[in-house]
Amino acid sequence: MDFSKLTVKKALQEIKSGNLDPFELLNYYIKNIEADNNKPTPLNAVIKLYKQQAETAVKKRSPEAPLSGLPVLVKDNFHVKGQETGCASRILQNYISPYDGGVTEKLKQAGAVIFGRTNMDEFAMGSTTEHSLYGPTRNPFNRDYIPGGSSGGAAASISSGQSLCSLGSDTGGSIRQPAAVCGAVGLKPTYGLVSRYGLVAFGSSLDQIGPVTRTVEDSALVLQHIAGYDQRDTTSVNRPLPDFSNKLNHSLKGKKIGLPREYFTKDLNEEIKKAIDKVVAFYKQQGAVIKDISLPATKYAVGAYYIICTAEASANLARYDGVRYGRRSSKAASLQDLYFNSRNEGFGSEVKRRIILGTYVLSSGFYDAYYVKAQKVRRIIKNGFNKAFNNVDLILTPAVPELTAGIGEKTDDPVKMYLLDIYTTALNLAGLPGLTVPCGRDSRGLPLAFQMVAPYFQEDDLLHAGHIFDKENNFQDLL
Amino acid sequence: MKWDMVIGIETHAQLNTRTKLFCGCRTSFGDDPNVNTCPVCLGHPGVLPVFNIEARNKAVAAGLALNCRINSMSQFDRKNYFYPDSPKAYQITQLFHPICSDGHLTITVKKDNTVYNKTIRINRIHIEEDAGKLKHAGADESHVDLNRAGTPLIEIVSEADISSADEAVAYMQKLRSLFLYAGVSNCDMEKGNFRGDVNLSLKPAGSKQWGNRTEIKNMNSFKSIHASIISEFKRQKKILENGEKIVTETLLFDIEKQKTRPMRSKEEAHDYRYFPEPDLVPCHISNAEIKNIAASLPELPDAKFKRFTEEYGLNSYDAGILVADKHLAAYYEKAVAACREQPKKICNWILVEVNSYLNENNLTITDFSLPAEHIGLLFQEIGKGTINGKMAKEIFPEMIQSGHKPAAIIKAKGLQQVTDDSLINSIIDTLLAENPDVVKQFKAGNTKVVGFFIGRVMKATNGKANPKLVNQLLNHKLK
Repeated sequence: MDFSKLTVKKALQEIKSGNLDPFELLNYYIKNIEADNNKPTPLNAVIKLYKQQAETAVKKRSPEAPLSGLPVLVKDNFHVKGQETGCASRILQNYISPYDGGVTEKLKQAGAVIFGRTNMDEFAMGSTTEHSLYGPTRNPFNRDYIPGGSSGGAAASISSGQSLCSLGSDTGGSIRQPAAVCGAVGLKPTYGLVSRYGLVAFGSSLDQIGPVTRTVEDSALVLQHIAGYDQRDTTSVNRPLPDFSNKLNHSLKGKKIGLPREYFTKDLNEEIKKAIDKVVAFYKQQGAVIKDISLPATKYAVGAYYIICTAEASANLARYDGVRYGRRSSKAASLQDLYFNSRNEGFGSEVKRRIILGTYVLSSGFYDAYYVKAQKVRRIIKNGFNKAFNNVDLILTPAVPELTAGIGEKTDDPVKMYLLDIYTTALNLAGLPGLTVPCGRDSRGLPLAFQMVAPYFQEDDLLHAGHIFDKENNFQDLL
Repeated sequence: MKWDMVIGIETHAQLNTRTKLFCGCRTSFGDDPNVNTCPVCLGHPGVLPVFNIEARNKAVAAGLALNCRINSMSQFDRKNYFYPDSPKAYQITQLFHPICSDGHLTITVKKDNTVYNKTIRINRIHIEEDAGKLKHAGADESHVDLNRAGTPLIEIVSEADISSADEAVAYMQKLRSLFLYAGVSNCDMEKGNFRGDVNLSLKPAGSKQWGNRTEIKNMNSFKSIHASIISEFKRQKKILENGEKIVTETLLFDIEKQKTRPMRSKEEAHDYRYFPEPDLVPCHISNAEIKNIAASLPELPDAKFKRFTEEYGLNSYDAGILVADKHLAAYYEKAVAACREQPKKICNWILVEVNSYLNENNLTITDFSLPAEHIGLLFQEIGKGTINGKMAKEIFPEMIQSGHKPAAIIKAKGLQQVTDDSLINSIIDTLLAENPDVVKQFKAGNTKVVGFFIGRVMKATNGKANPKLVNQLLNHKLK
């Protein structure tokens, strides 16, 4: 069997029919990861492997479970009981999780085998996976380039054949953008569809867990088993789940797809624009109706996003104080020292920058001018999408504004890095689901992708549209 | 110069829920350190709070007891500060949208020999979580106990309608009584689950212009509230009369020295950077739910007071004392139920005989072993003429000690009153014959001397004669 051509769907079928030994499958990925780690410039996508735990899980699996024997990687900000939940941060080094997160539980119940943890920007803060305690992750298509971020490890693990399914988290594009950059399929579900319990919080009102996979079909399949109400997360929504794969093979005829003109300005790279044009042409050919629409508040999204996410992060990360768990500075003569030194030694520069920014926007005298204003912008952005969805079924946009940067290119100027999220953050502010799907390669051979957006909780329609393109174009076989 | 006090009080009451505000840990007091904790109340990464509905209902009950408006939507906010007793480094509280607003309560204050009522307005009640406790062991060692972290509190903020130390104490006592009636808090002041912060400023008598205020924090006895106000009044008066200004600051009351002292300097003034808690959805409550909670409330002190004065004819002073303590009022009603004819006398008995027994033995009414019905039965015996009041006092200790009903004790001791006319008449005859001088005095119009003969008859019968009957027979003989 050619493991390199496997998908989640195929693997599950083969395991079920007895043609594929899940131990063999698990070992295939572990071997790939270990072999890559020995290369002179490793991808560094997977930072922790749990071979023994995984083998036990395969042994103990129930053959009837829907994801029985499927090896899965999780981002380093997921809680898996007994594993080191590190968030690629020094401050959580050696922190062992005392509990399973909601998604972890669901994965285990569904028979999936969590065998390792993927690299990320520290506390998911970054768009390049260069801000990690474990060093940068590299782009599988060309190791001199970034894999995107913050779920760069998850994205790189998929297109390098180190995993069939890797779960990431998306606060401002952290699943979709790296998936786009690495030639994988990335899904950020509607806020509230997937439990955040056990996901280390960055921006609580924005964070959402989603899968990175090789195909859209796989994305639908995995979503089915991680979505759903969790009473431990009061922001998760208690509603019946549709069959996310149900519509995949429907026709797109008559579907109205909007192209927001604010996403196609001169800021958009010409090569990317050309690739998107081809995607639009494909959808037209499929019978979809393409409409020019406007999302006027788009240009305020990144600004509002960086106020809200840093404000929330400044409070969310305050608990890492060296008192109860995690890293405590050895230079702690007083309580003040304990706080200052533990946090100073424990956090990297991008995390510090965002904590300071968030503290500033919440401080007395600035709260109204920043935080309250940003929340108003957020409302306007939400309303803009709602209005647009009165006229169209889906919205199609580029995933990123520019060609993939080289390693180190974005680290000097954080604002440059923040602007990589220009097309993705608005969805987190609005809480809408978004999917990025590979759609070609640039002149340097690096992957290109588009983003599709659907109304709240219409992941079935979103995945449907993505699948039609994916099935016909097969860009996942690029590597 | 004469000064008026302007006082507002912020009271913290711990709600007596079974579990903590945002997790399932027990709220019990006095356990070993850190046993009642879990990842949520320890502030581990990735956890989320879930609002305890029992706490919501108790807060609403408190609001109803204080005649508040119950807000159909309330919301939680984060209050950010670093301290080892605060695991998340923020407290979840309600700043912008409290659960209850605009209430009032009426206090009764005794001043010199007069009693007056006053209405104190309640600005708001909000729900928040308590912090843990620090135990300092020497100069360079402190221990953190997080058993209390996350227990539910309500904070009741009064308007600045209070004008004296007596009123402040009456306010706190009334609040406490209301909460005990409503069953929302155990209000155990020694355990710190009912404590007050006093905000005090002075203004020239009659002036409308308020002065700068100071806040005296965290007092958990009526005594210290009273004493701190007296002491702080004197301190502020002296400063103002020296032509100086009051510095707005937070104070602690030193009970030993009977003086307030600064808690923290202004340089350390906190910026709490409040913002809406993104991990909790807004708290909604319907009118039907509010009605249910209202219906489940027992009769509250004001209504009970009215009923005691009207139904039992008690004077307002006595009714006030009974009603102030829910258990005492209940005891009284049980006693009256066993002897409907003597509500006033039973009240006196409880306030004098029972209370002095309790005081002598350092007991409270809830520890009192004597069933209330037995007091009613005792008054039945008096009513029937079996015993008189003096004899009742004699057998009371035995009733308490043995737990036997009064009738049984009377019978066993042969304590029945002497109601035999001929026996009493023969005693009277002997007495009249022995004391011709006194008889003369009576005939001369000094009717008071009857008392002399009554006393002698009682003595001769060992106090068992029915005094009413003796009086009757004596008057008959002397005429």
